[in-house]
Amino acid sequence: MVTRVLTVSILAGLLAGLIVAALQHVTTTPLILKAETYESASAAPSTSFAAFGGEARIILAHGGVDHAEGAEHDEWKPQDGLQRLLFTSAATIGTAIGFAALLLAGMLAAGDGIDQRRALIWGACGFVAFGLAPGMGLAPELPGAASAALHARQLWWIGTALATAAGLFLFLRYEAPWLKALAVAVILLPHIVGAPHAPTPESKVPAELAAHFTSLSLGIQAALWLVTAFLVGTFWPWLSRRAEAR
Amino acid sequence: MNTASVSTTQLSVSERVKAVAAALVIGVALIYTTGFAASTNVHNAAHDTRHGLAFPCH
Repeated sequence: MVTRVLTVSILAGLLAGLIVAALQHVTTTPLILKAETYESASAAPSTSFAAFGGEARIILAHGGVDHAEGAEHDEWKPQDGLQRLLFTSAATIGTAIGFAALLLAGMLAAGDGIDQRRALIWGACGFVAFGLAPGMGLAPELPGAASAALHARQLWWIGTALATAAGLFLFLRYEAPWLKALAVAVILLPHIVGAPHAPTPESKVPAELAAHFTSLSLGIQAALWLVTAFLVGTFWPWLSRRAEAR
Repeated sequence: MNTASVSTTQLSVSERVKAVAAALVIGVALIYTTGFAASTNVHNAAHDTRHGLAFPCH
């Protein structure tokens, strides 16, 4: 069964990742490149922002902060063009394999039969937990947007994703009213706590561009979950039938 | 797989636990690497994916 988990995760993730990487290439990546032109145009004078100190530290994405001490020069990054496309695609495929593995972990742990329809429902819930709910607190950002310290945002993001996933599972699996009420409370909790935000919103990127990017990137994540889930629901029964036939 | 001493339900439960554990480890490790790892090189390589899939970046 472990082998089947590996095979299905890799197959579904590879295929879904390739499809979504192609989507990203024509949707989100062009906006990121455009945002980087705004960012680099204003990167030089913006250095003084960064050092508010303490918890209120603002980090301008890509801004002068980290790069000010000449770190930028010896730092590796993929060259624009083909190399950048390849690395982005590889990262998307890796994420898709990860999503596929998480879907399988959830469905196997819950003891669900795995078919296309059930996998798609799990995939939709995966998107609500990992995309929509964290995105309500931390809107997906273009490079150049101002935001709170990365570590605090990542923690809130992970906490929100886990709480939403647990809440959805409780709500959908248990009949008792108090458990459903608990589920709603668990889903709401991270939003009551509140996501970490930069004290002063100072974005270099035009609002229209940022807004377009926010909805696009959520849509792309939804596509990645759904395509991955559909393929998991296709490959798992197929490999199971083959294993039984042997 | 056909050892008589192990009942099939027990076998399938422990198989399932192993499969779930393997899937969890792979899923968490991959998503952590592509979406969250702090290493500058990993960040730069996965940069457009992190932004494009709504992960917190920078």
